[in-house]
Formats: sequence, structure tokens, C-alpha cells
Amino acid sequence: MYQSISTSMNRRKIFFQGIKDVLPLNIPVVLFGIFYAVLCIELGFSSYFAIGTSLIIFAGGSQLIFVTLLTAGAIPWVIFGSVIMNNTRHILYGAVFSKYIEKKNGLWKLILSFFLTDQCFAVSNQYLKKNYKNKFSHYHMLGSGVTVWLIWQLSNLVGIWLGNIVSDQLSLNYFVAITFLALIAKDLGKLDHFLVILISAVCSLIFYNLPLKAYVIVSATAGIIFAFLINKKFKKLLK
Amino acid sequence: MNIWTYTIIIGILTYLSRYLVTAYANTKTYSETTKKVLSYVPSAVFPSLIFPAVFYKNSSLILYSDEVFAFMAALIISIIFKNILLTVITGISIYLLIIFI
Repeated sequence: MYQSISTSMNRRKIFFQGIKDVLPLNIPVVLFGIFYAVLCIELGFSSYFAIGTSLIIFAGGSQLIFVTLLTAGAIPWVIFGSVIMNNTRHILYGAVFSKYIEKKNGLWKLILSFFLTDQCFAVSNQYLKKNYKNKFSHYHMLGSGVTVWLIWQLSNLVGIWLGNIVSDQLSLNYFVAITFLALIAKDLGKLDHFLVILISAVCSLIFYNLPLKAYVIVSATAGIIFAFLINKKFKKLLK
Repeated sequence: MNIWTYTIIIGILTYLSRYLVTAYANTKTYSETTKKVLSYVPSAVFPSLIFPAVFYKNSSLILYSDEVFAFMAALIISIIFKNILLTVITGISIYLLIIFI
């Protein structure tokens, strides 16, 4: 009995740790959620559509691409192609996450995959890297994932109820940038990671105007290939 | 095509991009190099979400703007303190100060 109480406390503690860790990253989620709902209404969609897309798709970037391309009259394959390109980074996240949850049952994999957003990956990857031997470590991802999901839905509702409360002067992308900056800061001091960050940053600025938002996966691939090369060729130098 | 049909297809595409590799990748077949290279995923993906958001405005590269100035301040703070909350607060408060004052 004592064991089951301590087990359930352990689970709860890890779940709440996930919530706590992801909260600072939700400032841009709130702003984007409000902005997305307001944009949907301004483009002539119903509030049910704004909420429905957030419940079903749950991916801010893909949702924005969807509504703007649909309004612009794009043909279906352009819309689907753009969404697929925008989602390709999830495959990289999945390749990293799979090793943390490979021993979990199918239901856990179905549930946790749904929450694999940028924010959830960012904080739970850091936690799971250190604690993956703990059999309840995946509760961290559940905590961070549910939090982002809930905040995204609630901020959509705020956007629908209160209208445009986010000033047009503000650059919403900037808020996203700042939260992700904090996550790579600790790696900036390591030469190998610094070089990978630099390669990806330069590529993203060079290839930003590629169609279908391909710059994200192009820059990430360049960074990964560079990481592979330095680990193959300059292994000794890194040690 | 009905907008709800679009929504469901995009929902499925997005979910599959998250689910397939997460659930079916066989990590036992990962070589040591693959495991090592995967540890660079955040360093390879996040800069592409960060830098264009700061240095691009209306599809043009801009090297000086309110965003760039506030970003540089947050960058310095993040390198010194390596603290997520402090970086977010610095980056956002300096940006809002520049915009609204």
C-alpha cells in the first residue's frame, strides 16, 4: 500500500513538473491563440471553425497556413503540401522521443504523440534525457502536453470572446523566437552545438523565402548533416 | 471540398507526422553515431524557428529593428544566466518598452 501511494505521488510530481517546466513557453502560445481566433473571425470563418481546427489539428503553424491558404483560394495539394512541409520537423522530434517511450504500450504512444508540439518537445526532451530510466518519466510529457493543449484552446476562446486585444504593432513571431532562444542558450557554450546552431541559423536566413516554408526542414537538415560530419571526422577534437 | 473535410485531413496529416516515427522507430537499430546526431536535433531545428522571426520583416532581411535590439539583449541574458524564465521576461519586457514608450 505504501508503495502504491509513493508511486502515485511520484507520477503526480513528475506530471506537475512537466506543467511547471512548460509554463514560461506558453506566453507566445497565448498570444498566438488569441491572434489565430481573431484572424479566423476576420477572414469570415465561424467561431466553431476556429475552435474545431484547434481541437482537431492542434498545431498553430499548420492551422495558420491552412486558413490563410484556404482564404487565398489555394488548390488542395498546395494546402496539404504546405502543411506536410511545416510538419516535417515532428519526424525529427519523433526520432528523438521514440527511445524514451519505446517500452510504453500502444495507448500511451497514441496519446503522447498527439502532444508532440515544439514547446512540449523542448522541455520534456530536456527532462527525459536525464530521467528516462524512471518508469514514470513520460508523465512529464503528459503534463507539458496537456498544459500546452489547454492553454491553446483557452486562448482561442479569449480571442473569440474579447476580439483583437493583441496590438497590431507587436510581432507575434518575435515572442516565439524569444522562448526558443532560452532553450538553446545552454548549448551555445559548447563548440559543436554552437556550430550546428550557427549553420542552421545562417541557412534559415538564406532560405527563408523558399516556397512551402521549406526553410525550417532545409536548415534543420543542414544542421543535422553538419553534426554528423563533425562527429565522424572530428570525434577526437570534440572530446 | 468542405472546410471540415480539409480540417480532418490536415488533422490526420499532422497527427501522423507526430505519431509514426515516435511509435514505430526501432531505437535498438540506431547506431551510436545516430544516437549522438539525434542529440543535436534541438540545436538544428530551433534556430530556424528563431532567426527568421527576428531578422525578417515582410519577407525582407533586416539587421536593425526593435525586435533585433530586444533579441540581442535577451541573447546576452540567456548566455549569462541560462534561465528560460529570465530570458523570456527580458526579451519581452525590453521589446514592449521599445514599442510602447
